[in-house]
Amino acid sequence: MILFIEQLLNGLQLGITLFLMSAGLTLVFGIMQVINLAHGSFYMIGAYVGATVTVFTGSFVLGVMAALAAAGITGMAVEILVLRQLYDRDHLDQVLATFGLIFFFNEMTRIIWGKQPLFMDMPVWLKGSIELLPGLVYPIYRLAVIVVGMSVALLLWYLFSRTRLGMQIRAGASNRDMIGALGVNIKLLYTLVFGLGTLLAGLAGVMAGPIFAVESGMGESILILTFVVIVIGGIGSVRGAVVGALMVGLVDTLGRAFLPSLFRTFLSSSYADSVGASLASMSIYILMAAVLIWKPRGLFPSYN
Amino acid sequence: MKRLMTILIATVFVFSLQSAAAEPVKIGMITTLSTKAAYLGEDIRDGFQLAVDQEGGKLGGVEVELMVEDDGRKPEKAKQIAERYMKKDGVKIMTGIVFSNVAIAVVPKVVRDGVVYLSANAGPSMLAGKGCNENYFSVSYQNDNIDEVVGQFVNDSEHQSVYLIAPNYPAGKDHLAGFKRYFKKEISAEVYTKLGQSDYAAEIAAIRAAKPDAVFFFLPGGMGVSFIKQYAQAGLSEEIPLYGPAFSFDERLLKAVGPVALGVKNGSQWTHDLDNEANKQFVAAYEEKYGRTPTLYASQGYDTARLIGSALKAVSGKVDDLDAFKKALKDANFDSVRGSFSFGANQHPIQDLYIREVIKTDDGQYTNRTIKKVFENHVDAYASECKM
Repeated sequence: MILFIEQLLNGLQLGITLFLMSAGLTLVFGIMQVINLAHGSFYMIGAYVGATVTVFTGSFVLGVMAALAAAGITGMAVEILVLRQLYDRDHLDQVLATFGLIFFFNEMTRIIWGKQPLFMDMPVWLKGSIELLPGLVYPIYRLAVIVVGMSVALLLWYLFSRTRLGMQIRAGASNRDMIGALGVNIKLLYTLVFGLGTLLAGLAGVMAGPIFAVESGMGESILILTFVVIVIGGIGSVRGAVVGALMVGLVDTLGRAFLPSLFRTFLSSSYADSVGASLASMSIYILMAAVLIWKPRGLFPSYN
Repeated sequence: MKRLMTILIATVFVFSLQSAAAEPVKIGMITTLSTKAAYLGEDIRDGFQLAVDQEGGKLGGVEVELMVEDDGRKPEKAKQIAERYMKKDGVKIMTGIVFSNVAIAVVPKVVRDGVVYLSANAGPSMLAGKGCNENYFSVSYQNDNIDEVVGQFVNDSEHQSVYLIAPNYPAGKDHLAGFKRYFKKEISAEVYTKLGQSDYAAEIAAIRAAKPDAVFFFLPGGMGVSFIKQYAQAGLSEEIPLYGPAFSFDERLLKAVGPVALGVKNGSQWTHDLDNEANKQFVAAYEEKYGRTPTLYASQGYDTARLIGSALKAVSGKVDDLDAFKKALKDANFDSVRGSFSFGANQHPIQDLYIREVIKTDDGQYTNRTIKKVFENHVDAYASECKM
C-alpha cells in the first residue's frame, strides 16, 4: 500500500513535469496553429542555463530565474525571426523548419557547453527526504516540483479565465481572424503566447536539471511524451493538458512499477520481466489509442 | 596526337609523384561525434590523435593519415562511411566505432572485404564467438568483461542478493548476463527499463521495497547520470550500495553526476592511476594536450594507435602484405597503458580487470581510484566458440 502511494506520487510528479511542457505546446498549437517540434529545445535551454547559473552563482533561485528568462527570450526571438515567416505556410514547412531548429539548438549547446552532460545540484533546502506517512519516505525536491507545477496550473487558470490577456488568447484560439478584426495586436499576442509557452518549457527544464542528466538532446525524449499528452488532452486546451499530463504520468509510472510483477503472478519470472517491461513502455501509446477511439479529437477539444 | 601526349605526360607525372613520396598509410576512423554520446567518440579520437602527434604524424615510424568521420550513432551512416573509405580512399585499416549495434552492422562486411578492423570500444559477443574473424581485433575488451569483474567482486563480498537493472535492448541483456556469469548468489529482481528513460522514480521505489543487499546497474550515458542522482536523492545510496560497469563512471560523466557518485565501486580494464610507465606518460601527455583527465575511451584510442604503430613498424609500413601485418598486430608488441596485454585465440584482449572507486581529488575533481585487481589475464567467455 505504501509502495502504491509512493508510485502514485511519482506518477503525479512526472505528470506535472509533462504538464509544464504540454501547456506551452498546446497553446502554440491551438492559438497559432503552428506545429513546433523545437519545444523540447527550450526545455534543454532552461536546463543548461539554469545549471550554469546555479553552479556559477551558487544560488538555485537565480538559476531558475535565469533559465526562465533565457527560455522565454529565446522563444520570443525564435517566434519573431523564424515562425513569423511560416504562419501562412503549410504544416509540413513548419515541421521541417522547427525540426531544423532542434538540430541547431542541440549543436549550439554542444559548441557552447561541450559534449559531456552538465552538472546541476539541488539547493540544500530542498535536499533530503521527509516521511509523509509512516514508512513513506519521499524526496523533498520531488514534492517541491509537484507544488510548483500545481501553482503554475492555478496561475494559468487565473490568467486565462480572469484577465484580459487570457480572454484575448482564448478568443484567438477560437477565431483568430475575428480577434484581429476587433483591433487586438495579433502579432504581439502571438509573440507573447509563444514566449509564455517556451518559458514554461524552460521551467520544466530547470526543475528537471537536478534530477535528470542535463545533456544535449534531452528535450527530444520528453517531447514525444508531450505530444502524446496533447493528443490525449485535445489540441489547444490547457485543461486537456492538465488531465492528459496526469493520465500519462500515472499510467506510465504505474505501468513500469506494477506490470512486471503482475505478469510474474502467472508467467515464469524472466519471461514476465521482458513482457512486463515491453508492455510498460507501450502503455501510454495504448492509452492514447484508447482515448482516440473514444474521443477522436481528444478529451477537451478547444476549437472547431 | 598532341592531346594524347598531354595525357601521357600527365599520367607519367601522376605516377612519378606517387612513387617519389611514399603514400602515408590511411587509417579510417568511424566514430560517434554527434548526439548525446558525442563525447565518447571525441575521447577515442583524441586518444588516437595524441599517439600520432607524439610521433609527429607517424605511427611506428611510418607516416599515417588519420581520417575521421562521424557516424551519428547510426548503423546505416557508419556503413556508408566504411564503403566510402574502402572504395574511394582505398583504406585498409579501420577503427573507432563506439556502439555495438553499429559495429555489428559494419564490421562483418568490411573484414570480409579485406580490411583490418581494430575495435577501440565496442566488443559485442557476436564478433567474439562464432562470428570472430582473422581481420577483426578488439583492442578494448569483450563487452561482458566489464560486468564480469563486478559480478566476481560482488560475489566475493558480503552481499547476498543483488537487484539488476538495465535498458530493454540487446546490450542491456548482454551486460546483465556478464554480471550473472560470475555472481552466483541470489538475484533479487532483474528489471529492464525503457531505452533513453530519464525518470527512474518508479524503479527506485521498487528497489526500496525489495530491500536487496546491493544494486547492479548498466545504464550508459545520460540514463546513468539520471539514475545515480535520483538514487542518491531517494536516500538509498547509504542503505543499498550501487555497483556498475565503468561506463557510468568515466571522468566526463562524473563531472555531471558530482558528489552523489562518491564511493561507488565500478569495474574497468584501465584507470589513470595504473602504475606503469606507458600509462604515466600517456596520462600526463593527454592532460597537457587536452586539459582534461583521460577516460577509459581515450586510453583505448591511444592503445589502438600504438598497437597499429607496433605492427606498422614490424612490416616497415607495407600493409599490402596483409597477413604479415595481421601477424604483427596479433603479437601485440607494444607497451599498453593497461600494463599486461595480449590477444587471445579470438583476437580479443587477455588482460587484467579491476574494481575501482569514485573519489574526489584535492582540487575538487571527481575521478576513480583502483582498489583491487579482481581478474588476472582474464579470457572472455566466447573465446572457445571462435574457430579461426
